[in-house]
Amino acid sequence: MKLFKIRGGVHPDDRKQLAAGQAIEVLPMPALLHIPLQQHIGAPASPAVRRGQLVAKGDLLANGQGMISAPVHAPTSGRIMGVGSYPAHHASGLSVPTITLKPDGEDRWADHIQGVDDPFALDADAIAARVAAAGIVGLGGATFPAAVKLNLRKKYRLHTLVINGAECEPYLTCDDRLMRERSADVIDGIRIMAHALGVERIVIGIENNKPEAQAAMAVAASEHANIRIARLPTRYPMGSEKHLVQTLTGRETPARGLTADIGVVVHNPATAFAVHEALRYGYPLVARVVTVTGHAISRPRNLKVLLGTKVQDILDYCGGFKVEPERLISGGPMMGQPLPSTRVPMVKGSNGVLALTADETNVRDTMPCIRCGSCVQACPCGLVPLEMAAHIRAGDLEGAVSRGLMDCIGCGSCAYVCPGHIPLVQFFNYAKGDMAARGRAKQKQAETKRLAEQRTARMEAIKAAKREAMAKRKREMAAKKKAEAEQAAAPSAHAATPIAETLTAETPAETEA
Amino acid sequence: MSIETPAAQAGPFAHEPVSISRTMGLVMLALLPATVFGLWQFGWPAIYLFAATIASALVFEAMSLRVAGKPVRPFLLDGSALLTGWLLAMTLPPWAPWWIGVVGSFMAIVIAKQVFGGIGQNLFNPAMVARVALLIAFPLEMTSFVVPTPLFSAEAPGLLQGLAITFGGQGFDAFSGATVLGHVRTELGQGHELSVILPGLFGPLSGALGTVAGSLGETSALLLLLGGLLLLYKRIITWHIPLAMLATVAILATLLHLYDPERYAGALYHLVSGATLLGAFFIATDLVTSPVSARGQILFGVGCGLLVYVIRTWTSYPEGVAFAVMLMNACTPLIDHYVKPRIYGRDRKGSPIEYADDAGVSR
Ligand code: SF4
Ligand code: SF4
Repeated sequence: MKLFKIRGGVHPDDRKQLAAGQAIEVLPMPALLHIPLQQHIGAPASPAVRRGQLVAKGDLLANGQGMISAPVHAPTSGRIMGVGSYPAHHASGLSVPTITLKPDGEDRWADHIQGVDDPFALDADAIAARVAAAGIVGLGGATFPAAVKLNLRKKYRLHTLVINGAECEPYLTCDDRLMRERSADVIDGIRIMAHALGVERIVIGIENNKPEAQAAMAVAASEHANIRIARLPTRYPMGSEKHLVQTLTGRETPARGLTADIGVVVHNPATAFAVHEALRYGYPLVARVVTVTGHAISRPRNLKVLLGTKVQDILDYCGGFKVEPERLISGGPMMGQPLPSTRVPMVKGSNGVLALTADETNVRDTMPCIRCGSCVQACPCGLVPLEMAAHIRAGDLEGAVSRGLMDCIGCGSCAYVCPGHIPLVQFFNYAKGDMAARGRAKQKQAETKRLAEQRTARMEAIKAAKREAMAKRKREMAAKKKAEAEQAAAPSAHAATPIAETLTAETPAETEA
Repeated sequence: MSIETPAAQAGPFAHEPVSISRTMGLVMLALLPATVFGLWQFGWPAIYLFAATIASALVFEAMSLRVAGKPVRPFLLDGSALLTGWLLAMTLPPWAPWWIGVVGSFMAIVIAKQVFGGIGQNLFNPAMVARVALLIAFPLEMTSFVVPTPLFSAEAPGLLQGLAITFGGQGFDAFSGATVLGHVRTELGQGHELSVILPGLFGPLSGALGTVAGSLGETSALLLLLGGLLLLYKRIITWHIPLAMLATVAILATLLHLYDPERYAGALYHLVSGATLLGAFFIATDLVTSPVSARGQILFGVGCGLLVYVIRTWTSYPEGVAFAVMLMNACTPLIDHYVKPRIYGRDRKGSPIEYADDAGVSR
């Protein structure tokens, strides 16, 4: 398959060999699960259970709310211990609404769980509805509700489903293992999604550092002529949706747009697997595969964990730390987030837990920018990171925006190569956050202004109406007086007419006021 | 996750094994072959001058940092002052008195670098500022070149005699010799023709090897090329500036040589003489003072090449690399402002890309 070049990018040491050889294992049942209500992009789910309630595996715990949201299900059978708040799987460590479940050890599926005999007999809406009901979100880390993406067919002319098996983040091997071990199921899920999207063409992109996954997927896809395996060069950020699509089609996604603008929808292999399970067996998304690795971990593993499992439980299973880690990270080292503690639960988007030593993180003191241009060369988006950072440092956020800040995908390639160890991404995140806050403030301000203006307009209208009414009454009085005077002056038969006319003329105005 | 944090620490949590001191160190490593050759070929006075220049550069850097209230250790250890002193020494006449090196270091470190705000802030290449200032202020010392007298050869000055030359102001008329570029310039000025001047003065081999009179580290084109290739291989620099600059010089020289071979020397002559290669690989490519985008670098390189050729050919200066690079340094902010990479998903004007078909199928 012909591949196209993308600009920039870096070649980090992928360190996948740490965990790539480990087959997926099922983590033993934890003592307690903490299931956050928001594990996706969009509105949080609202709880549908009470404290003390008994639930079976797969029972609904919380309903999705609104257009972009996803429900949450019981990862196992047991008793609801509480609906409260618990530290989030997020760098802040803030507490978020969370349901606590004590497993009963039976791991019993709910009776209503039922698959479909032939998903291909369903229409697109029915598939999307099932995917939505199963709480499936993008499992590559973006956690965008998968059903919303399947419904893009309604607004765009789509022609290709791309499966993002690049897994370009160093260390992570969960997609690799899944594609190797469950290739037939992943392909089935992919075909169901393509059916729902109404597209014929399917391309599965897998980086060349995963030859086993490429081979396994090629075998599983061999009966389907419409599926092609693209062997991608190993380079970060190949797994960036827009860059992957460019590599495969030669087309850039228009700025501020979606890949759907050029007819392509991208999904992750783990998402495809979840779709397979949801359609064939009726299983909602209650578990995921996660890579636990890093040089500080005693025994790196790929584990299938229930959502809500504490990071500590996972670490314990992997033999704990060999050495005290310099950093504990959720996700990959390039775009992942630091974990505030090991108490936090695993969520739908957690694809990795990394315990990195000081050698691996290679943190150094920040030096001044020497304008070496390495960041410019590395940026896959054609930006000039040193310039944007200089503007942000000087407090000129608009300057950074006019130089493309909002086109930055936050991939970290620039910071990765900077010899001055300048935390470029931190600058960009700060500025993006601030601009978003300003945007919201501006919107709020505009809204307030609009309301105030509406109110003033209403008041004005009332005042004007009152004035009008007053004037009318005066005129009426005057007319009456005049009529009376006329009547007094010349008492004749046709005198009543003007009064009647005045009255009829006034009636509509009266109603309006 | 919709939680907003004040200062979430952002990734990446891995980093390429690079640092500023590594970058500077690699540049010095690349300079090493040509430097060792220059020191060997010009003997003890050159070694003394080299040491005096570098030592004074470090002292001035430390002093400036202290005055500016910046931490001395990390900045001194970043290697940039060492490299500046080193590069400056490479461009000096090898037997120049010690104070030329010291005054040059002062110009480079204090005036050209620290006054602008220290590392990364300077507009002009410090070593070139110093060289140009020295040339204007001390034309005699800056144009007194010597013929090569390799270390330990019979006629070479010894340890002590070297000291006398560098620090004692002892004359060395017996050894003096003009650079090829200088000599040719003078002869051409007197109306002589190249076919008369060049034989016996310039041979491609001696020019490439560097066994000719010239600045301390500029003579050996081959060793400089070797160093430049190392920088390219190690990805400290990219090919854009050197190639653009060398190609421009070569093309101009070839064209004019074809037009009048008696007045205009050929491409090889320009490429191996003077500071062309040192300039192309080590000076024009100075990270701080050259553009950051690939297209900007090409423009910059072409500008340098053009100016080098023009200055050498039509002005009263026989050599033009320092002037050329400085003039282009002055254009760098402008180039960086106007020549930028195209942003992903946008056209060159910055508007989102539009495709004629709304969902193109590519095969
Ligand atoms: S990589 Fe770092 S030092 Fe180099 S130009 Fe970019 S920000 Fe400056
Ligand atoms: S983080 Fe932004 S600026 Fe840096 S390389 Fe990635 S896209 Fe470019």
